[in-house]
Amino acid sequence: MPHLGDAVFAGAARFAGVFVLLLLGAIIVVLAIGGLQAFRAFGPAFLISTDWDPVQMVFGAAVPVFGTLATSVLALIMAVPLSFGIAVYLTELAPAWVRRPVGTAIELLAAIPSIIYGMWGFFVIVPIMAQWIQPHVIDTFDGIPVLEDLFAGPPFGTGLFTAALILAIMIVPFIAATMRDVFETVPAVYKESAYGVGCTMWEVMRSIVIPYTRTSVVGGIMLGLGRALGETMAVTFVIGNTNRIATSLFGPGNTIASIVALEFPESQAGSLKLSALLALGFILFVISFIVLAISRLLLRPRLKG
Amino acid sequence: MKLAMTALAISLAGFTVAAQAQQITGAGATFPAPVYTKWGEAAKSAIGIELNYQAIGSGGGQNQILNRTVDFGASDAPMDPAKLESGKLLQFPTVMGAVVVIVNIPGVESNKLRLPGELLAEIYGGKITKWNDPKIVEANRDVKLPSMAIAPVYRADGSGTSYVYTSYLSAVSSEWKDKVGANTSVKWPAGAGAKGNDGVAATVHNTRGGIGYVEFAYAAQNKLTTVQLRNKAGHYVSPTMEAFSAAASNGDWANAKNFAVNLIDQPGDKSWPIVSATFIELPKDPKDPSRSANVMKFFDWAYKNGDDAATKLEYVPLPAKVKDSVRAAWHSEVKTPDGKPVF
Repeated sequence: MPHLGDAVFAGAARFAGVFVLLLLGAIIVVLAIGGLQAFRAFGPAFLISTDWDPVQMVFGAAVPVFGTLATSVLALIMAVPLSFGIAVYLTELAPAWVRRPVGTAIELLAAIPSIIYGMWGFFVIVPIMAQWIQPHVIDTFDGIPVLEDLFAGPPFGTGLFTAALILAIMIVPFIAATMRDVFETVPAVYKESAYGVGCTMWEVMRSIVIPYTRTSVVGGIMLGLGRALGETMAVTFVIGNTNRIATSLFGPGNTIASIVALEFPESQAGSLKLSALLALGFILFVISFIVLAISRLLLRPRLKG
Repeated sequence: MKLAMTALAISLAGFTVAAQAQQITGAGATFPAPVYTKWGEAAKSAIGIELNYQAIGSGGGQNQILNRTVDFGASDAPMDPAKLESGKLLQFPTVMGAVVVIVNIPGVESNKLRLPGELLAEIYGGKITKWNDPKIVEANRDVKLPSMAIAPVYRADGSGTSYVYTSYLSAVSSEWKDKVGANTSVKWPAGAGAKGNDGVAATVHNTRGGIGYVEFAYAAQNKLTTVQLRNKAGHYVSPTMEAFSAAASNGDWANAKNFAVNLIDQPGDKSWPIVSATFIELPKDPKDPSRSANVMKFFDWAYKNGDDAATKLEYVPLPAKVKDSVRAAWHSEVKTPDGKPVF
């Protein structure tokens, strides 16, 4: 009875596909319903209020949203040039026998669990930042307008900058791997023609490879951004966990994911605090959804074939 | 084949032994988790009750027992009396613990620095920002204090330790009470947060001029630099088991509703000012009375035989009188559906 087997298989596959959609929808609905109490209590002001006071039961999303966006954008600023360098090296410069081990090493970086990055950050990077880098940077920029404010505060070692640094290391593999893959899709004949008319390698990169792959590169960067936005454990270890908006890059802060991880175990069912945390989860979901949707949209044409 | 049969027989035998030990499940506070685990191991062989305890945090424990998904809940802060009432729960203490203050000031040794509580509140309130502030110097004539910024460190994760510590600050400073208050997490006016006792300890260790608070067990095991605090009687005391017991014995257990005794800033010359009990919540109307009976049997056994294990882990055992009144409460409050006492 081959037809029965086909029908069962088709049904099972269809169920699996629909199940994913249902699951996604159910998560959004649960977060939205859970956060409703907080959205009702504080109204639109929830999004811009910087208050987070569990004693008075007053909550606002501005501090964690700011922390999430600030660390993620900072991480991109650090990770994109590095990833670009890796991708150019692997596709253009490296001898063939180096490409595979370096490429594998990049992919292995992506496989390290984030808790390991968190512990490494907390026990290795944070003391280095606290004892060596931050005191010197703070002293050096003291007295220079703007810069002195950007690098101010007690050198705790933790804070937005340290969190962004760890995030940058975590998202480099994603961005570098995407860039390498799309750089390899550039037809050799284009590049060879450019070299043929006397272009340097930088000119080939700038005028041939990057224009040809621009949307996909941006898509890869958005993929990294999506990962940075939701990263929880590593950031929780090193961000300083403070519910204030820091004006200094070395100042402590909080991201949506870190505040939920920290506060969730001590939130009682039905409390406004729990609802505020679920509302934060909903906001993070929406931000991540938008970023990933843009990334998909940009990557689609290039990765289709 | 014979080998396989033997293996099967052995595994079956193992299975029956495991099935004979009666399981009880609990969830909640992380602070007493080490001693509950220790008691659980000992009780399994002693009285055949196997404890499955999940340290998910006090809030989570309260949620789970209100939903009756576990046999008992555990929380560091006593539960809100109205919630105990509506949830038909009996609350009782198991052990006590202390919170101590740790510092990282070059040249200052353990238990040399003396801090009155109101200065602690001003440090955490961001009012006192230098270690050589005249107010701190005045209390420490014999300690050389550097002109160094104070870096206050607090628990960033919601925790019973923060609840106890902020309760103390609220008790000694009316300004702290009005502006910040006491809770498992509060709106800290100054400083930076770190996750868990280990996070606070490591951040204080890394930051020159750092000050933090951790559970005593953690400070003792890691030999951290602690400070002396001033108690209600006006004496400076070092954090020792003796000082914690003194505070516990001076607590007003007799008049505490739901055993929610306040052990913060107790009278007595030797009392350590930041001591608290940790609690269990048990349904008064158990769905399965035999499981609840086992929970009470377990804690009865722990009251009788568990004090040494608790002391070794740096917890403070309950006074004998308190244990007796808990047993009386078990007998009179926890009933089967037809009104018979379970214990």
